[in-house]
Amino acid sequence: MIRLDKVTRSFTVGDQQVAALRGIDLNIAAGDYVSIMGPSGSGKSTLLNLIGLLDRPSSGTYSLDGGNATDLSDEQQAKVRSEKIGFVFQAFHLVPRLTAAMNIELPLILAGVPPAERKARVVQLLENYGLTDRADHRPDQLSGGQRQRVAIARATSMHPAVLLADEPTGNLDQTTGKEVMNLLEQLVAQHVTLIVVTHDPVIGGRAMRQVRMVDGQITGETGRGT
Amino acid sequence: MLFPDLIRLTTSSFVAYRLRSFLTGLGIAIGITAVILLTSIGEGLHQFVLSEFSQFGTNLIAIQPGKTQTQGGNVGIFGSVKTISIEDAQALRRLPNVEYVNPSVTGNAEIRFNGKTRRTTVFGAGHDLPRVLASNVQTGSFLPDDDPTQARALVVLGPKVRQELFAGENPLGSYLRIGGQRYRVIGVMEPKGQMLGFDLDDTVFIPAARALELFNRPGLMEIQLSYKANVELQSVVNSITALLKERHGREDFTLIPQEKALEVLGSVLDVITFAVGALGGISLLVGGVGILTIMTMAVTERTAEIGLLRALGAREGQVLTLFLGEAMLLSALGGLAGLALGVGIAQAVHWLFPAMPVHTPWLFAVVAELSAVSIGLAAGVMPARRAARLDPVEALRTE
Repeated sequence: MIRLDKVTRSFTVGDQQVAALRGIDLNIAAGDYVSIMGPSGSGKSTLLNLIGLLDRPSSGTYSLDGGNATDLSDEQQAKVRSEKIGFVFQAFHLVPRLTAAMNIELPLILAGVPPAERKARVVQLLENYGLTDRADHRPDQLSGGQRQRVAIARATSMHPAVLLADEPTGNLDQTTGKEVMNLLEQLVAQHVTLIVVTHDPVIGGRAMRQVRMVDGQITGETGRGT
Repeated sequence: MLFPDLIRLTTSSFVAYRLRSFLTGLGIAIGITAVILLTSIGEGLHQFVLSEFSQFGTNLIAIQPGKTQTQGGNVGIFGSVKTISIEDAQALRRLPNVEYVNPSVTGNAEIRFNGKTRRTTVFGAGHDLPRVLASNVQTGSFLPDDDPTQARALVVLGPKVRQELFAGENPLGSYLRIGGQRYRVIGVMEPKGQMLGFDLDDTVFIPAARALELFNRPGLMEIQLSYKANVELQSVVNSITALLKERHGREDFTLIPQEKALEVLGSVLDVITFAVGALGGISLLVGGVGILTIMTMAVTERTAEIGLLRALGAREGQVLTLFLGEAMLLSALGGLAGLALGVGIAQAVHWLFPAMPVHTPWLFAVVAELSAVSIGLAAGVMPARRAARLDPVEALRTE
C-alpha cells in the first residue's frame, strides 16, 4: 500500500541545509495500524506530511497504492488527498465559522459530491460519532472530544484508504484521548490503514506496529503485525 | 466544487465577519452611489439640453453667408462675400426634396402702440416660418405668401408682446409702429417659452424684405430650410450647394445641418457625463483598495484554514476561487447597495428640485454594477493567489 524507498527530506533554514529525514525505508500494508514514535524534531511529522502528499521528498521514491506518488503534479496530489487520504490533527483544525455538520461536509463539497448523497453521508457520520444533537453547533460550542470526533468524521467522509493522525490526543485529557483512539481503531477494523504519530508511548503502544524514529532515521520497529 | 456550495462557503465568511464586510462593502457602495448620482445628473442635463435644441425639429439646415474655414475671422467691410438674398431663398424653394424655406433677419427695434413703448426682438421672416421652426399661430394668421419684393407692412406678435401691449384686448387689425413705420397686426403666436434663457415669446415677426430695410442690411442673416424626412441629408446638402454656387459663382456660404449640430452637441455632453462619471469612479477605486486590504488580512488570518482545505483535497484553483468569490461577493453586494442609494438620492433630488434634470438609464446601472464586480475581482486576485500558493505544510503549522 505504502512504500518508501530511501526517502530524504531536507529544508533550507537560513543558509543551512537541515535534514529532517535521512533515508527512510518503510512498507505499510493495507489495513495496517502503525504508530510512529519519537522525540520532537525527529522528523515524524515530516514523514506523515510526505505520506499524506502535502510535501514531496528531496530524494528517494514514494509509491502509494502501487503508483509512484513522487511524480504527481500538485493537481493530481490534491485529487489523491481528496480520495484516498484522511487527516486528523492535534489542533483539530475545524473551520470556526462553520457548523459541525458543515465541517464534516467540507471534503465532500470540495470533491463535488452531489448534495443528496452528501446529506445522507453527513447524517450517517453525525450519528456514528454521536454528534447528531451537535450538528448545528459551531466548534467553539463543542468540547475537545466532540471537536476531535467532528474532525475524525470529516477525515472519514470520503471513505479514505489511509488515515493519518498527527498527535490526535495531544490536546485532550486522558479519558477523552482514549475514546478518540478507540474511534480511530474501529476504523482499522474496517480495513482503513491507520498511521498515528505520537510521542506518547501509551498511545503509540496500542498500534500493531510501532516504528521509532530519532534524528530523521528509523531506529527500530516492534509489534505484532510483522 | 458546485456553485451553490461556493456561494454557501463565501457567504459564511461574509456573515462571520459582519461588521468588517459591511464596512468594506460600504466603500464600494459609496463609489457606486457617486458614479450613479453624477452620471444621472450628467445624463439628465444631456437630455434637457438636447430637447431644448431639437424642439424646432431635426431635419433642418441653416444657410449663413460667408464660408467658415479653419482660419480667419469676419471678413468685415473689406470682404468680398456676397450676401445671401431673398431671391436665393426663393430659388431654394424650388429645389426637389426641400419642403419649406424661411429667409431670416433678426434685430432689435422699438415698438409703439397707444403710447406704450417696448424694445423687443424683431424677426424678419417668410410665410413658411411656422412650418420650418415648428411654431404655431394662436389667433389670426401668419405672414401671407406675398411677393417678397413688395411685402406689405404686416406683423405677427409673440404672446409676450401681445400681453404687454394689448393686455386683454384683441390686437388683430390694430396698427402699431415698428421703428417708425406702421404695421397692421394679423396674428399672435402660441407661447414657445424660453430656450437657454432667451425668451422666444418676446418677439414680433415682419416680412423679411421689410426687416432688411428696417435694419438697413444688404442681405439675409440666415436661411432656414426644412427637407423631407425620408431624404438623405447629404443629397439635400449637395443640391443646395450646387444651386447657390451657380447663383453666387463660388462657395461663399455655410450650411449648418441641425442633425450634425445636435450630433456634435450630443458628443460634447457625452464627454461631460463620462467625465463626472470618472470622478465618481475615483471613489470606486478607493473602495477597491478597501477590498484589497481586507482580503489580504483575511488570507493572513485564515492561513491555517487554507492549509486545512488543501489537506482535505482542495486544489490551488479551488482556494483561489473561494477567495476571489469572497472579494466579488463583497463588491457585488456593496455595488447593489450603492445602486439603490444612488438611484434613491437621484430621485430625491428630482423630487426636491423638479427643475433639476435627473435621469438614470438602465445601462448605467448595469455598467456600474459590472464595474463594481470587476473591481472586486481585480482587488481579490492578488490576495487570492497568495492564498492558493501557500505551502500547505507551512499553512497548517500556523495557529
